Amino acid sequence: MTALAILIPIALFLGLVGLAAFLWSLRTGQYDDLEGAAYRAVFDEDDEDMSEVTKEKGKKL
Amino acid sequence: MSECCSGTQQTTIKEAPPLVPASIDPSAYIQKAEAGLSQLSLIVDTIHCPSCIRLIEGNLHKLPGIETARVNLSTKRLFVVWDETLTSATSIVKTLDDLDFPPTPFNPELISNAGEKEDKALLRAVGVAGFATANVMLLSVAVWSGTNDMGPATRDLMHWVSALIALPTVAYSGQPFFRSAIAALKTRSLNMDVPISLAVLLAVGMSVFETLQSADNAYFDASVMLLFFLLIGRYLDRRMRSRAQSAAQNLLSLRAIAATVVNDDGTRLSLPVESIEPGMKVAISVGEKIPVDGTVVLGASEIDTSLITGETLPQVAQIGDAVFAGTLNLTSPFEVMVTARDDKTLLAEIVGLMETAEQGRAKYVQLADRAAKIYAPAVHLLSALTFVAWWALGDGGWHLAMMNAVAVLIITCPCALGLAVPTVQVVASGLLLKKGVLVKSADGLERLADADAVVFDKTGTLTEGKPELFNRSEIRDGDLELAASLALSSNHPLAKALVKAVGHDIKALPDIHEEPGQGLESYIDGQRIRIGNKYWCGIKKEDESISNEPVSELWLTKSVGIPVRFTFRDKLRPDAMSAINLAKEYLSSVELLSGDRSSAVKMVAQELTLSNWKAEANPKDKINRLEELTSENKKALMVGDGLNDAPALATAFVSASPATAADISQTTADFIFQGNRLKPIIEAIGIARKAKILIFQNFGLAILYNTIAVPLAMAGLVTPLFAAIAMSSSSIIVTLNALRLRLSEKDT
Repeated sequence: MTALAILIPIALFLGLVGLAAFLWSLRTGQYDDLEGAAYRAVFDEDDEDMSEVTKEKGKKL
Repeated sequence: MSECCSGTQQTTIKEAPPLVPASIDPSAYIQKAEAGLSQLSLIVDTIHCPSCIRLIEGNLHKLPGIETARVNLSTKRLFVVWDETLTSATSIVKTLDDLDFPPTPFNPELISNAGEKEDKALLRAVGVAGFATANVMLLSVAVWSGTNDMGPATRDLMHWVSALIALPTVAYSGQPFFRSAIAALKTRSLNMDVPISLAVLLAVGMSVFETLQSADNAYFDASVMLLFFLLIGRYLDRRMRSRAQSAAQNLLSLRAIAATVVNDDGTRLSLPVESIEPGMKVAISVGEKIPVDGTVVLGASEIDTSLITGETLPQVAQIGDAVFAGTLNLTSPFEVMVTARDDKTLLAEIVGLMETAEQGRAKYVQLADRAAKIYAPAVHLLSALTFVAWWALGDGGWHLAMMNAVAVLIITCPCALGLAVPTVQVVASGLLLKKGVLVKSADGLERLADADAVVFDKTGTLTEGKPELFNRSEIRDGDLELAASLALSSNHPLAKALVKAVGHDIKALPDIHEEPGQGLESYIDGQRIRIGNKYWCGIKKEDESISNEPVSELWLTKSVGIPVRFTFRDKLRPDAMSAINLAKEYLSSVELLSGDRSSAVKMVAQELTLSNWKAEANPKDKINRLEELTSENKKALMVGDGLNDAPALATAFVSASPATAADISQTTADFIFQGNRLKPIIEAIGIARKAKILIFQNFGLAILYNTIAVPLAMAGLVTPLFAAIAMSSSSIIVTLNALRLRLSEKDT
């Protein structure tokens, strides 16, 4: 049963880490735009030619 | 597309260039950020897809001195932080205009942050309760599975650790319920939060007591799980409402653009509308929404007052005439003196009527509250009965009686009941949002489901509020093109309709002169060409006997040749007919109630096969008609957009406005529909009815569950394990049932 003395604190600690991470993400505004965030992940970092994107958009409209 | 103000570096002095309807000077909304940078919040309501984020942020970052440019796709807002010494605010607006994302500046402090803060506090409470539920459950599972071989010391340890987690959690995450319960008790009424708070507090209190006595069972897991599930329901409910709110705020901010104040020395200054005082002089450029109520002191123009009066045709405003905020300046720049809102203005009268209407409106009691009124006393009674019965008849003493009474409180499971309404409403609002309908009021869906009659306004509701060329077939192409090339420079709705009727690119004529309220004039090879009203074009009244026709007209004259007559009429929304048909299917009565001329209303009524119509109704008549419907025991849905509809919207059982409606109407309406389609708001009735059925089904499921669980709890057969399983499964069943609404809408 001595294992419990280690395991329970570990479980609690991990849970608290998760909670802290959640509160931090909430405070830094990461839940402000749930829809946009879903798409930002697929954007490339390097700057593509924006004029091409503009054209594509023109076609759509 | 490059039709914006900028290029110039001027921010304080701005001469509005003509033909720039979208010109926006954001300087009044720039705020200081850290390190000498400036920040600006903009609403960009044409953002619609993920690639817009990329397009806007990518192009803004190319400008020098841009520190941050962040698009929020959910709220359609853009936040920019930049160095004003390198890039002017107007060139940011210009960049957005060139990308076809015309922005509207707004003051983020004015758009209420209180709601957002509450959202976050609630989400934090959900997070804490979630953490606690997971960890307490971890310990509880160990206790349940170790019933036979776990020593009392270990079990006590588990319980104490659970208490350590559960007590602070209840104190923190339970606050939303405790506060609401206290508020209800103060007014000597019961709401759902009273039994919830009682169940949570008693469960924790009893568990601590049990743990002190090193007993077998504790309900720590039940109490935090109860909080967790209920908080999720509450958060969903709030999020749905704040989403609709932020969309509604965007719509309203689109009007409140800065006003250009003219100082005594002739200099001009751009100020936010909120800081305009009576007595100031404001310049109104062509194509601008008039930002204030005032009297014309310089110049003359034509004004589109369709939002205020429902009248489609522009009205002439001359020196001394009153103009109202929200109307649109069409033909030439002018200046107004801002008037205080005294009692004589139209607006003041409308506001007065609205106040009376809102006082008279019977308060609707939400379904959840009605359920709570039955549920809360029943639960407390059952629990008390259990206690008395066990104490009197059982041999376990008051301790066992208390245990069982608390078990009843926990097991009656406010979970399923607490989730029954919000889950369905979240799904329904999500469906409606996709159709472009915003649910603004909390109980709007419930009231819409009960509606059995509909009253439509005409201009701007059934029609688009924009005229369309009617007699195209009678006009030769050459004449139309000539007229359109003259009309191209004008903002008059009839001129715009002419240009639209041509359908291909045309060249504007040079040196066009526009006479407000009259028409346009130009010369080709020394030949004078005019379009405008018949006096402007020199047509005598007696020439035509058709002046009574319910159409608007324009004439085209050249120095030689016969004058050409163009007639126009207000175009119906493309789906007006099918919306009316659907309305007839859903509701027992469909009627048209308009402030417009009788002949115009009659024509629309005939076209839409409506036999029940009334014209020339002023705001008071509209209220009277709606009160009549109420006295006939009909629950009417009022759909209208104008300021003149606002009192009627407030009187009606449930109300809806298009997104183009006057501010005051949008604020009053329960629903707002976007885009130029009318049908979604009628389809919303179908969704609201389905939602109501599902809510009742959910209540049914909760009752069914209780009829099984409560007797067991009263008999003292419920263990914490049983409570945990029952609670989560009933919540899941209710949620799944709510999701069925989505499935049923998929087929259509």
